[in-house]
Amino acid sequence: MMNSLILQTATRLLLGLMILFSVFILWRGHNQPGGGFIGGLIVAVAFALHALAYGVRAMRKLLVLDPRTILAAGLALSILAGFVAALGPGGLFANPYLEGRWFVTYTPAGEKSFAIGTPVLFDIGVYLVVIGGILAMVQGLMEED
Amino acid sequence: MLTAVVAIFLLAALAPSLHRLLPNGSHWVLALGPAAITVWFASQIPAVSGGAVLTQAMHWVPALGVELAFRLDGLSLLFALLVTGIGSLIVVYSGSYLHGHEHQGRFYLFILAFMGSMLGLVLADDMIGLFVFWELTSVTSFLLIGFNHEDARSRRSAVQALLVTATGGLALLAGLVLLGLEGGSFRLSAVQASEVDLRGSALYLPILGLLLLGAFTKSAQVPFHFWLPNAMDAPTPVSAYLHSATMVKAGVYLVARLQPTLGGTEVWIWTLAGFGAVTAVWGGLMALRSTDLKKVLAYTTLMALGVLTLLAGLGSEDAIRAYCVFLLGHSLYKGALFMGAGGVDHGTGTRDVRDLGGLWPKMRLTGLVILLAALSMAGLPPFFGFVGKELIYEGVLEADPAGLWILAGVVLANATMLGAAGLVFVKPFLGRPTPATAHAHENGPALLLGPAVLALLGLGFGLMGSWPAGLLQATAAAVAGRPLALELHLWHGLTPALGLSALTIALGALLYVGLGPVTAALAGLARLSRVDFDAGWDRLLAGLDALARAITRRQQTGALTWYMLATIAVLTLLPGVTLLARGGLQWPDQPVGDDYVGWALCGLMLLGTAGALWARTRLGAITALSIVGMSIALFFLAFSAPDVGITQLMVETLTVIIIVLVLARLPKFGPLERTGAGLRLLKAGLALLAGAVTTAILLSVHAQPLSPHLSEFYAAASYVEAFGHNVVNVIIVDFRGFDTLGEIAVVAMAGLGVLALLKARGAPAAEDQKRETAP
Amino acid sequence: MEIVLAFTVGALVAGSVYLLLSRNLLRLLFGVILLSNAVNLSIFLVGGLTFGAPPLIAEGRSVLEAPYANPLPQALILTAIVIGFGLLAFSLVLVYRGHQEIGTLDGDALRLAEPPETPAAGGGATAIPTQDRSAA
Repeated sequence: MMNSLILQTATRLLLGLMILFSVFILWRGHNQPGGGFIGGLIVAVAFALHALAYGVRAMRKLLVLDPRTILAAGLALSILAGFVAALGPGGLFANPYLEGRWFVTYTPAGEKSFAIGTPVLFDIGVYLVVIGGILAMVQGLMEED
Repeated sequence: MLTAVVAIFLLAALAPSLHRLLPNGSHWVLALGPAAITVWFASQIPAVSGGAVLTQAMHWVPALGVELAFRLDGLSLLFALLVTGIGSLIVVYSGSYLHGHEHQGRFYLFILAFMGSMLGLVLADDMIGLFVFWELTSVTSFLLIGFNHEDARSRRSAVQALLVTATGGLALLAGLVLLGLEGGSFRLSAVQASEVDLRGSALYLPILGLLLLGAFTKSAQVPFHFWLPNAMDAPTPVSAYLHSATMVKAGVYLVARLQPTLGGTEVWIWTLAGFGAVTAVWGGLMALRSTDLKKVLAYTTLMALGVLTLLAGLGSEDAIRAYCVFLLGHSLYKGALFMGAGGVDHGTGTRDVRDLGGLWPKMRLTGLVILLAALSMAGLPPFFGFVGKELIYEGVLEADPAGLWILAGVVLANATMLGAAGLVFVKPFLGRPTPATAHAHENGPALLLGPAVLALLGLGFGLMGSWPAGLLQATAAAVAGRPLALELHLWHGLTPALGLSALTIALGALLYVGLGPVTAALAGLARLSRVDFDAGWDRLLAGLDALARAITRRQQTGALTWYMLATIAVLTLLPGVTLLARGGLQWPDQPVGDDYVGWALCGLMLLGTAGALWARTRLGAITALSIVGMSIALFFLAFSAPDVGITQLMVETLTVIIIVLVLARLPKFGPLERTGAGLRLLKAGLALLAGAVTTAILLSVHAQPLSPHLSEFYAAASYVEAFGHNVVNVIIVDFRGFDTLGEIAVVAMAGLGVLALLKARGAPAAEDQKRETAP
Repeated sequence: MEIVLAFTVGALVAGSVYLLLSRNLLRLLFGVILLSNAVNLSIFLVGGLTFGAPPLIAEGRSVLEAPYANPLPQALILTAIVIGFGLLAFSLVLVYRGHQEIGTLDGDALRLAEPPETPAAGGGATAIPTQDRSAA
């Protein structure tokens, strides 16, 4: 823990912004630069900075969940997202594991207006695994004292 | 045929459960399986004798062209009958012999599995199939020899048999593959029928050498014979089965099987005749020296295997006839003798000839069986053994006169058989009663059935030569590769063979009567020659151990730096030399480029690398590494890879954070960096070489045109199929999603691994620390 | 530009190999960092460099229009960077814990699994490595 006023102030301001930004990055990742890996890394950096500024306990309190829980949830989400493909057309398990399934809405003109599908779920899983994995490392190392 | 083999394996799998259900009668039930298969094979005799050949094939490993092909000709049929026929008798026999043994069910499993393997071996037409069954017999025989696994000697013998036969098996595989490639097919029958002149091929000698190495180890030819007498540590049913009629015959089977394909050359004749004759004489003499009934029989088996090898080598018509007749005759009497010897052991508790005597009044039936079989072994009329021996002499006489010494050897070997027969019957049954035999008792029907059937067949076939003649004629035809007439008679008229028989009998009687002086002379000879194969085997293994240790000591020095040096040197030199030698080195045909952003960033990377190398403090090195990482991130951003660039930036930040967290608890750079100038030069040289090879490879790869297929596919499909504008992200979460799943699993494992490393502090480590702090 | 980058990557590899050959495990780890960077760059290089044309499909379009940067190497590198970080973190903690238990950063002194053969004992499995090197 570094007792630096600048770091503490900056981190307090930045943390919320970075988390919001990461969700934005995650969401737009399919169409713009971004995605689960980058979003997850941003959150991990934000929390790691917070831990440096305020100590690991404060970070853990802020995080609410154990990093390992986040990690496990993310991995489970990604794995499950792959199984949705089994419900696809052509009968149960007719499609390969992890094949994307999409829900698409169209504008009256026939243009795709909104699409959400299993790859997005998968990407959220990636996001959570990266957060959980890296914060587990950070937390473990900082609890060494 | 496939059904038969599969059925036996199935029976093997069921045997332990069946034995638990029926602890007292399981052997009778289990024997029904092989007995039924024997009957089926017997029903094929008329057809096969008429020249028919049954085939059956199914795909096994289609990708490699391996088939499970079976072929039933005279040779296979004879062996199949021996394997299943004697096999069913053995199962009955072992039910009584091992009665009450705690692992009796397991024994049935092993012996039936062996039976299935052996049957597959003699039926297989595909070479790879043959090899697989061959190795299966090695493995199952290992399990059987080591059945009494609590006994250290059994274990040693089992390992020895496995190592010797499996080494030969590897040679066999190599030989078969060469044979298949050279002969144009992996079907033995197809190679035999093909026009390819294998005998004139440049690979003839390697093929022959490798195949014979396999055959000689399996059939215990001198100098690979030593495992067979040791294998007598196995329970008697195993010896009676594996070491008389089946497994050890696999080698002579192979030789006979190959005789039409590879036989007839000078090398073939003299190699086989030489090894066979030496083995025959050696086995015969050693039999006379032995006192353990089973060892006597094991050595007489060596003699028989030698003679069979010799006959297959000679390859003349008479020799082939003799091969077939002697093969059958030996299997009958040797199986009977082994089982009889086991009966003696069972009835008296010993099988040492010196402790046995006067058994005749107490074990008349066992005695009678042994007598019948021993007379056949001695080659006396009217037994089948006599018929076989006459034919052997005719076969050898017919061969080149230069084979005179071979003839002498065969006569001597046959004479020793007579002596050994005396040893097995006369002394134990007619000799003076001994304390060991005071409580001897006769054995039950299960122990007598097997040897009695075999011994009586030996007598019956001798008297009625026409019974087995049809089958044996087909066998001879298969070995010769062309039709061969075969008639069996006890009386051949006044032929030279008859004279040799008389000579053999006289010599044998002399050997037995003078057994005392003879064994003394043999012992002296053995001492003089100092040939001890068994001890040599131990020395060989010890030498291998020492060699392995020496290599390990040189290679595994325990110094990490050395491992890194060796690994990196190989990783550098292998591709580097390949690139140079294959002429792959190319310079890209394009201008160097004047992209100032790229130049600047590359310059920064170089600067950072230099800084990391020469930094005196750890923080300095980390700063320098950050410069490298950040420049790379900017490079990615500049060259159209925004996702990668952002990722690299984030990871760079995290790397610094995580290193700083650990750094405070680690020692500063210090004396470890000071190494000798020579070593430093070596490291620097290797480093420069690695860099140069990398650059050369990258330039050469870049000089090749890049296939646009993949990127075109992604460009076209990314939105249409996967609804994403960001192609990189679509690849990660959709097109290559499975890959990514693996990668996040790695990240998860790394996170958990770090936690585990930090949290898990076991007791041993704490103890170490205590020891360290102790004064 | 590729030619310049090829030489830069070569230099990075040379530097990383020199660090990997160091007896100090921390410097070895620095070598690992440098090597993953070099490897990522070389994947980037063989996929071809494109300036100012990220593989993003323009709004309202359904296919990527040339010129565009090769997307596949980018996807590979992106995950490789994260994995590389995982590897680094794990080995860093391994080195750190090794130092805690054995008390040295000298790679050549890690002899628990392969104890040096002493003529008297023939090398016991529990031999404690020498620790004097890390004292300084």
